[in-house]
Amino acid sequence: MAILCFGAGLWVTGFSSLRDFLPELLRGVIVTVQVTAGGAVVAVVAAFGAALARLYGPKPLRWFASTYVEVFRGTSALVQLFWLFFVLPHFGLTLSPLVVGIAALGLNIGAYGAEVVRGAIGSVGRGQWEAATALNLTRAQALRCIILPQAFVAMIPPWGNLFIELLKATSLVSLITLSDLAFKAQQINQNTLRTAEVFASVLLIYLALSLLITVAMRALEARAARGLRRGRVG
Amino acid sequence: MSKVWDWGYAWEAFPLLAEASIITVKATLMGFVVALTVGLLFAIGRMAGPMWLRWTVGGVVEFIRSTPLLIQIFFLYYVMPEFGLTMSAMVTGVIALGLHYGAYCSEVYRAGLANVPKGQWEASIALNLSTWSTFKNVILPQAIPPVVPALGNYLVALFKETPLLSVIAVLELMQTAKILGSETFRYVEPITLVGAFFLVFSLVSAALIRRLERHLNASPGRRI
Amino acid sequence: MNEHAPDNETNTVIAEPPLVHFEKVTKCYGPLTVLDQLDLAVAAHEKVAIIGPSGSGKTTVLRMLMTLETIDSGLISIDGEPLTHMPQGDKLVRANAAHLKRMRGHIGMVFQHFNLFPHMTALKNCMEAPQTVLGMSKGEAHARASDLLAQVGLADKLDHYPSQLSGGQQQRVAIARALAMRPKVMLFDEVTSALDPELCGEVLAVIRSLGQEHQLTMLMVTHQMGFAREFADRVCFFHAGRIEEQGPARALFENPQNERTQQFLRAVMDAV
Repeated sequence: MAILCFGAGLWVTGFSSLRDFLPELLRGVIVTVQVTAGGAVVAVVAAFGAALARLYGPKPLRWFASTYVEVFRGTSALVQLFWLFFVLPHFGLTLSPLVVGIAALGLNIGAYGAEVVRGAIGSVGRGQWEAATALNLTRAQALRCIILPQAFVAMIPPWGNLFIELLKATSLVSLITLSDLAFKAQQINQNTLRTAEVFASVLLIYLALSLLITVAMRALEARAARGLRRGRVG
Repeated sequence: MSKVWDWGYAWEAFPLLAEASIITVKATLMGFVVALTVGLLFAIGRMAGPMWLRWTVGGVVEFIRSTPLLIQIFFLYYVMPEFGLTMSAMVTGVIALGLHYGAYCSEVYRAGLANVPKGQWEASIALNLSTWSTFKNVILPQAIPPVVPALGNYLVALFKETPLLSVIAVLELMQTAKILGSETFRYVEPITLVGAFFLVFSLVSAALIRRLERHLNASPGRRI
Repeated sequence: MNEHAPDNETNTVIAEPPLVHFEKVTKCYGPLTVLDQLDLAVAAHEKVAIIGPSGSGKTTVLRMLMTLETIDSGLISIDGEPLTHMPQGDKLVRANAAHLKRMRGHIGMVFQHFNLFPHMTALKNCMEAPQTVLGMSKGEAHARASDLLAQVGLADKLDHYPSQLSGGQQQRVAIARALAMRPKVMLFDEVTSALDPELCGEVLAVIRSLGQEHQLTMLMVTHQMGFAREFADRVCFFHAGRIEEQGPARALFENPQNERTQQFLRAVMDAV
């Protein structure tokens, strides 16, 4: 709460000339939010897919998932972004910068997310699996009804951090000509040369968006943890 | 109809990229040294400083961790000259990387410091050791070894973010790849080579960090 | 100075100014009063055992003397000089860090959980403070440390790390480490409570021999009633932040006057 007020306070005491380029910046914010939201969906899907594949899949699938995770974690987001943007056309696949951005960043964060999901599933006590077996549930049923709901709560804080990383990474799409917040910042800076104000405002906007994500994840955790005495204490 | 992958071109590009990789490594190491130092100062400031310092440092760390490195790089590069501080792109980049990862490292240090048992502080007070001696000889030697792997992970992360310096025209790997690509309109080879370089480095350093972790946990002075 | 007061709260007969003097010391943690107007005087070379139920304030007495806790009101003095306060003009104000550091040099403490530095050998543990605080040279510190470690029976364990020593050995190193600073007063905070029973004896033996040889002034919080009875000059029974009863060790154990003291001793002896 304190952090939120601090952020909001900074935001309010922003520069008066903020009003001049605020509309432009907000247009950039919309794109940033689009990429973040789209990327988040891709990341979650990829993470769960890869984690489950590595845990329970047949050998070739496991190998594929492991390669995906190692490659996307081992190279930087910018390299991945550029690769998809510059190289895919050569394979005949020309995608809009927005789709490239969402795909590259989503897959990048998804690779880290796969480890989070694996860890969370692993953290559910053995006893739960044994109870499920005793009740004659199949592994898929046990996962769906018993294990994942519990793993879900443990996953939320690390996912919160990953989503913030995703938000920050969206600034990279400005380098593939997407008009997000970072792009607008550069643009306005070049037009008005009010460098300090522009970049300071942009930093504050990112901070506010980060805080929003943190608050949303805390709320999600609180709801998910109802009835389950897991998750963060205090 | 151009080929998808031209080995000849890749072979040509290699030496140029190899040269650029030296710049990348330099930026990484210098940035990491800054990050380690800044991070430790942040952590100690939050732990042992007066109230106002703790709040300020806490706010700064949160701010840095919640905003994109790209914007921070731009900020330093474009804004610092307005305050009379004009530095080369490389120096600006190193400082930006150092501050950004310093904020992350400070959290790692804090966890390490918090893990040192309270009794160690009390024994130091009982023996009348000064704050400086206590940190230097008692606390830090116990706080740092367990967190070296985490610090190592941030070294790798920092390394992977050096391509961001290309936006302020530092001639590291990504920038060189882009220049090569724009000259020949063939981006596949340079960018793939760059990607491969990062991948290999990541895997090697991950293995090294695991070995380091095992080595640190095996020495006799470790507490049970 | 030759006062003999009949009630339980004040000092017994002392011939010279006390080395350690608690005057009306009070300490509260929120609504909880841990020490209540405590008056306690310890003479030079005297060995005082502090016994009592948990929560009675025993450990707090030691921790305040070691400046690990602050007092809320009252005054603690060492050898006539104020510890918790310092003179400013003709008044006394709260001591600043520099004053505390100077006075702290007179006190040494051994902890229940040893608190040895795990990344240093036994020898280095004992050399660290003399070198950095007292400014001793490496050679001098080495000589003093090895001498003390020999006195506690660990001459052959100088290069061992704490993790390679038993609990009893670790506690003996802790004693040597505290003594290396040549304090005037030694504090022992339940130093055998964390040890396996068969290891207590070696630690108590060391305390006994060092105490006699160096004529140390000691304050010991202990549950070792047998040891207290036989070794201490005076025993203080604490209850609810006050000294319920105090007197010569043998007298208190054999003939406790106060009812709470009797209850406590009965419960403790029964448990043995």
